[in-house]
Parts: sequence; structure tokens; C-alpha cells
Amino acid sequence: MSIDLEEFHQIFFEESLENIDVVEQALIDIDLESPFDAELINSIFRAAHSIKGGSGTFGFTEVTNFTHLMEALLDEVRDGHRTLTPELVDALLKSCDCLRNWFASLQAKEALDTEISKPIAKIYQTMLNVDSSAGVSDTPVEPAGARIDADSASQDSVITDNHKTWLIEFIPDNEILLSGNEPVRLFRQLQQMGEYSVTVNTNKLPNIKSLVVDECYLAWTIQLQTDHQKQEIEEIFEWVADECRLTITDISNCSDQQLEESVEPVQESNNESVKIIQADKLTEIKHTTKRALPSSSIRVGIDKIDNLINLVGELVITQSMLSELGSNFDMSKIDKLSNGLEQLLQNTKELQENVMGIRMLPISFSFNRFPRMTRDLSEQTGKKIDLIINGESTELDKTVMEKISDPLVHLVRNAIDHGIEFPKERLAVGKSENGTIKLDAYHKGGSIVVEIADDGRGINCDAISQKALEKQLISSTEGMTDSQIFELIFEPGFSTVETVSDISGRGVGMDVVKKNIKSLGGRIEIESEEGKGTVFKVHLPLTLAILDGQLIRVGTEICIIPLISIVESLQIKQEMIKKVSGNMNVYRLRDENIPIISVGKEFGLSSSADNFDDQLLVIVDGDDCKVGLLVDDLLAQQQVVIKSLEANYKKIEGVSSATILGDGSVAMIIDIPGLLSMSAKRSISSNKHVA
Amino acid sequence: MNTQIDISNLERIGDDDHDSIEISLSSGEQYLVFTLGDELYGINILSVTEISGWDSAALVPNAPNYVKGVINLRGNIVPIIDLRIRFEVGEVTYPKTTVVVILSGLVDGRERTVGFIVDSVSDVLDIEQDSLQCSSSFDGTVAANYIDGIINAGDDVVTILDTNKLLSINS
Repeated sequence: MSIDLEEFHQIFFEESLENIDVVEQALIDIDLESPFDAELINSIFRAAHSIKGGSGTFGFTEVTNFTHLMEALLDEVRDGHRTLTPELVDALLKSCDCLRNWFASLQAKEALDTEISKPIAKIYQTMLNVDSSAGVSDTPVEPAGARIDADSASQDSVITDNHKTWLIEFIPDNEILLSGNEPVRLFRQLQQMGEYSVTVNTNKLPNIKSLVVDECYLAWTIQLQTDHQKQEIEEIFEWVADECRLTITDISNCSDQQLEESVEPVQESNNESVKIIQADKLTEIKHTTKRALPSSSIRVGIDKIDNLINLVGELVITQSMLSELGSNFDMSKIDKLSNGLEQLLQNTKELQENVMGIRMLPISFSFNRFPRMTRDLSEQTGKKIDLIINGESTELDKTVMEKISDPLVHLVRNAIDHGIEFPKERLAVGKSENGTIKLDAYHKGGSIVVEIADDGRGINCDAISQKALEKQLISSTEGMTDSQIFELIFEPGFSTVETVSDISGRGVGMDVVKKNIKSLGGRIEIESEEGKGTVFKVHLPLTLAILDGQLIRVGTEICIIPLISIVESLQIKQEMIKKVSGNMNVYRLRDENIPIISVGKEFGLSSSADNFDDQLLVIVDGDDCKVGLLVDDLLAQQQVVIKSLEANYKKIEGVSSATILGDGSVAMIIDIPGLLSMSAKRSISSNKHVA
Repeated sequence: MNTQIDISNLERIGDDDHDSIEISLSSGEQYLVFTLGDELYGINILSVTEISGWDSAALVPNAPNYVKGVINLRGNIVPIIDLRIRFEVGEVTYPKTTVVVILSGLVDGRERTVGFIVDSVSDVLDIEQDSLQCSSSFDGTVAANYIDGIINAGDDVVTILDTNKLLSINS
């Protein structure tokens, strides 16, 4: 009998990861020099305890054992028996990493890497052993409280060479199943302790009509012959202690006959009880599958929901006003009508904004990891770093947030590794010993800007251009502006640091950073002054659900080019079109030769031959070069709502998604990099054809 | 269409010889019958979400010829497939009577909606599963891949199509 625990696992993982964040945050907030902050320790303890409890419930023993050690130590700290040393904080932080790693493995259903926990566990063990010599047992499963109870427990067990018979009466409350506790699991644990038999008491079971599926009506009497101590049995019931009536009595001294008598009915009803449980469970399974959770969830503040409800209320009022106006309309009311329509426009706009707001999360979700990271890196490198975070409450779309986290991490790592100098160097150039990294996030003209600024050595233009020449990324630096040179660090395979360090410098980073940001429809800017520091500005769209688009006409169809990728649009001058390298058209634009791609031809929408007369050229920024897209007409610029094509159809090459225009018709949104690679492929295949 | 209602004579259902369709109140499933050229096709009515008139669709870049494009169906982008081109039957013209049958169902665990252009929609038939004649002997045509079986409806023969296969027609 097993239940599909998958969905509960997912919730547990999410919660545990949140708890790990809590622990980490609290650990970093702890100031070792200041007096003992009980609240912080408590919050760490609670989080660790929750992880331990949950993992125990789901049978992730490694996690349970490990968090148990954490908890044991934290318990001592909480009780004031132990002071929080830097070593302990370090070990605890490392445990967070270890647990994160494990949860990632668990989520991916991979085997846990138990090696990573061993050194930390060892530290914990030695810390525990040094302080409390006698009472601590070797088995890590024993709870922290064990030591306190140890005396009374040992008294119990002295009597008959530890082998005892316990009579356990377990009468759970009706609601016990609702709290996620499962009596069968408890019994299974008891079973492992020794010889065990159970009787079920079905007296309270109502008739089938009044039976509530997720309530428990059963009570159990368990006989257990075991070497274990009473308090170990109690421990099994620890999680349900508040939700049941539990009596554990020692009946070792009873006569054998008595024992037998009580055992006999037990075995008979044993099967029955299991059956009942099974039936009970089956209904529960049906119950739970209906409530299957979506793969990812989002937490929304209640104020946002209230706002939405208010807006919908307003919308309903406007609607009823308009429909009343419409039912007996004459021309005298035209003013009222236009007012009403204006109001409707206002309402819909606000509603749209607010609905988008639901997907928004404060950027602190992403920023929160940086204090820890800076702390670790400053230890590793020996650089002293102050981290200043501003604009944490700036909100960003959840999807954008998820995708931007890694690039930001990379940028911060880079700033620490390449930007900030060592304390000595800093003092030598008259800067303060501590380097400063500043993170900032703010709104600017319909997009979000995330700034990563350091006051380090800045970017050395000469070093970069030298390196670029060496790697043959450019042929000469002539006529290049500083910002163009800075751009070179985003080229694949570029890294200026001589030694490849652990933190960054493999030269695979920055181009990936730029690619990721671009794939989100954003861009990255660099400002740098040698000796003073560098600022990376990442511009991101507010949301992925709406985009600013330029409507174009291709043949009879209307398509959309994302405004962010358009450099300029121009009327074609016939004499500027040159044919080069085998029938490829390029457009000469201010000494630059820009390859021309006909959107109509690529999409098979129009067959108009090379007639450039009435066509327009839209210059777009491709992956690494500019490309001219040949279109028939430029129409309006407007915001468009992105709709999935893949849901009902399939991925179309060169098209990222679709949208619905004001008149209800569908238009394709062009995926510029996709279109370019499609065009490249086509020319390659046509070349092969010729060959 | 020559359809006879016969509730009393239920035992005749499943009898291969009879030349009329029994519309019974008992079991059996209802099928929507439509025409492609001169042929009759049936599709399980439970998967039909709506039937609408044919209007133009936005062209899809580099799509196969039977994909007429995508339309906006109450905010969802739905591809439109011309079954006459796909099955290579009938003439491909678009008079005013041309209709689009919108089907939806689960494909790979995800809800999928696709519209199909047909010449006209004619009838709803009740069909017992066992009266379906096996389709294994078909050969040649494209349509054979999407067929569940054939069935007699009066003097006509209706080809019963498999909804799931139709929905994954473009993938």
C-alpha cells in the first residue's frame, strides 16, 4: 500500500528551500560580536527543525540525520549551553549548501551525494562530543532532547536486561490525517523496533453515510517487545503527540498467559485493520489527485488581489452604465457615451496593469543570495568587500527573474574577481581598504534597470583591445570608441585575467550573460573608468507577456518585429544595393555593408522578385551583426500581447509567438535570431544544391 | 439522409445486414457527420467544441499546404487545417457554406484545439461501437491513417475518424 507522494514532495522541497534561505539569511545577519540574539537563533532552529520533520515524514533519512545534527547544535546554542563561534556559522552555512544540493538531487530523483555532508557532519560530531561527553549517543537519529531525558530512561531500562514488552494505546484525534500524519507509518517504525502486534478498535467508526473520508475514526492498541527504551517509542509519536491520546505502559511483568490472551485477538483483527486503512486511503488518494497542483506556483499579496477585485467592480459599474446608455440612446447623449468609453479604457488599462502585477516579484528574491555570496568570495579571495543593496522592492516578472538570476550572479562574481582590488593595492592607490559592490534596481522608461557597480580598478581599454587583437576577434582598434571596446568582453572566448580562477575567468561567462539577457529582450551596457570602477547596467523588459512591437506588412500579412531589436528603418535607395559573393544582396549604409533578408521570401508569404522599389528596409540587431529585413510596409507601433503558437500548433521557425491585433486578426511575432539562422541554413542548403 | 428511428428493434443493432441506422436511447456514441467532396465522414461529437463559418486566417510561414493558417478563437491561437487537401478528396473551393469544425482533446496530456475545414456539416448519428467495420483493408489514401472504421448510414457509407490522430495531424 503506497500513496503517490509526488505532489507532497514538491511542496516539501519548495518549503525546505525556503527554509534553507531563512537559515542562510539569519546566519548572515548574525553579528558574532553583538550580544546573543535569541530571535535569530530561534528562527534558524525552527527552519532546521521543519526540514528535519518533513524529511522524516517522507523518508529522506540522509536529510533527517544531517539536519538532526544541525538541530542538536542549534538547540544547545538556543539554550545558552554553547556560544555561536565563527566555525559553527561556517559549518552551518556549508550545511545549507549541502542541503540545497541534496534537494536538487531529490527533485531530479537522483542519488544523494553523501560525500559532501561527511566533513560537515564530522565537524558537528566533534563539536557535540567535546561538550557533552557521556550522554550523547552515536546514532544521529536520537533527538536533542534525548540527553536531558537520558537519566530517567536509563532507570527504566535497567530492570530486565533491556528487553521489555510495552502496551501502547494510541487513540488519534479525528483530524490527525489532515495534518499529514499517517498512523501506518508510525506502526511501520514500531515494527522495526521489535516484535509487534496491533489491534484496531473500530468502535467509533460511524456508518458509511456519515463517514468523512479524511477523518480518522480508528484507535489502536499495540504490543511491542523491544530492547528500545520508552522514550524512543515516545519519539516515534513525537509528531502526533498533540493530536492523540497516547499511553505507554510496561507490561513485561505480566504473565505469559495474559500476554497470549491479549495477543490472540490481535492477530485476527490485524488484517482487518489493514483493510480498513486501505479503504480509507483509497478514498483519500482519489481526493488528492483531484487537487493536483500545477508545476509552479506564485505567492501573491492579498492587497494585490483586493485591488483587482476593486477594479473588476469598477469595470462592472462602467459596463452597466454603458449598457443602460445603449438601451435608449439618442444623439444628445453622445457626450455621456464618449465619457463612458473613456472610463472603460481607463478601467481596462488599470486592470491590465494590475493583472500583470500578479506575476511581479520584488527583486529582493534575486538579490538575497548576494550577501552570502560576497561573504564567501571575500573569504576565498582575501578581498574585503562591502555590499550595498538598493531598490530591493522593485518588482520584476517572475519568469524574467528566474532567467536573470544566473547572469546577475555572474556579473557580481566578475565584479569581485576582476573589479575589486586586494586591500593592499587599494590602500596603495589611496582608496579605502574595503571595496564596495553596489546593487541597484529601478524603473526607467518602461523597463527595469539592474545596476551592478564596483569601485574597483575599472576596465582597461588597452588590455582588452590587445587581447581582442591576440584572439583575432577584431582586426584593428582604429576608430573604435571606448564603449565599443568594452563590448568586446561579451565576445565568446574572451577573458583578460591571466590565471583562470575558481570564481570566474574561463571566458565562457560574459557571452552567455549577454545571450541570456538578449533572449529576455533586454540589453546590457557598460560604463567604466580606469581606476575608479565599473558599472554594468542590465535593461530588462517589465514583463514577457507584453512587448512593444513594430507592425509591418509582408505581402498580405501583418507581422510584428520586436521594437527593441530595431536599429532603424529606411527607404531603399536602389543604387545602395550591391550584389556580393554569389548573389547575396547587401545594403551600403554609412560604409557598413548590411546583408538583406526578404521576410516575404523566408516565410513563403510573397513571391515578389528582387524588386526593391516600393519596399522598406528595417535594420535589426541580430545576434552579432546588423541585418536588413525587407518588408512591404511599416504600420503602427503598439504594445502587443504575446500568445503561444505551440499550445495548439507547433514551433514555427523564425516566429517566436503570435498576437491578436485590434481587429481580432492574428499576427506573427518575428523571432529575429531564428529568422537569421533560418536564412543562413537556407543559403547553405541551396549552395549544396548547386555543388 | 435516409435515417430511420427504431427504438423497439434494438436487437438488430450490430447486425451487419441491416441497411438503416438505429437511433437508440441506450448506449452507443454520437457522431457528427460532415462531407468532404462526395464522401461522408464522422467524428465523435464529444470532441467537437464548435462549428463556425469559414473566414480568412493568418498565414503561417512555411506551413504545409493543408494548414490554412491560424485564427483567433476567443483569445486562443488555433490552427486551421483543410481536410480536403490533407485527405486529397473533393475540390478545394471556399463557398459561403464552407464550415470549420473545431475539435479539442488531449494530446500528450495537454489540451489541444484545432479547426478543420470541411465542405458542410450534415447530421448527427448514433453509432454502436460494434457496428463499426474494421478499416484494416484500406489502402492508398492519406486518410487511412486517421480512420477508426467505416459504417453504413442508410445508403451511404460514413468514414469514422479518430479524433486523437486528427488533433496530432500537424505534429
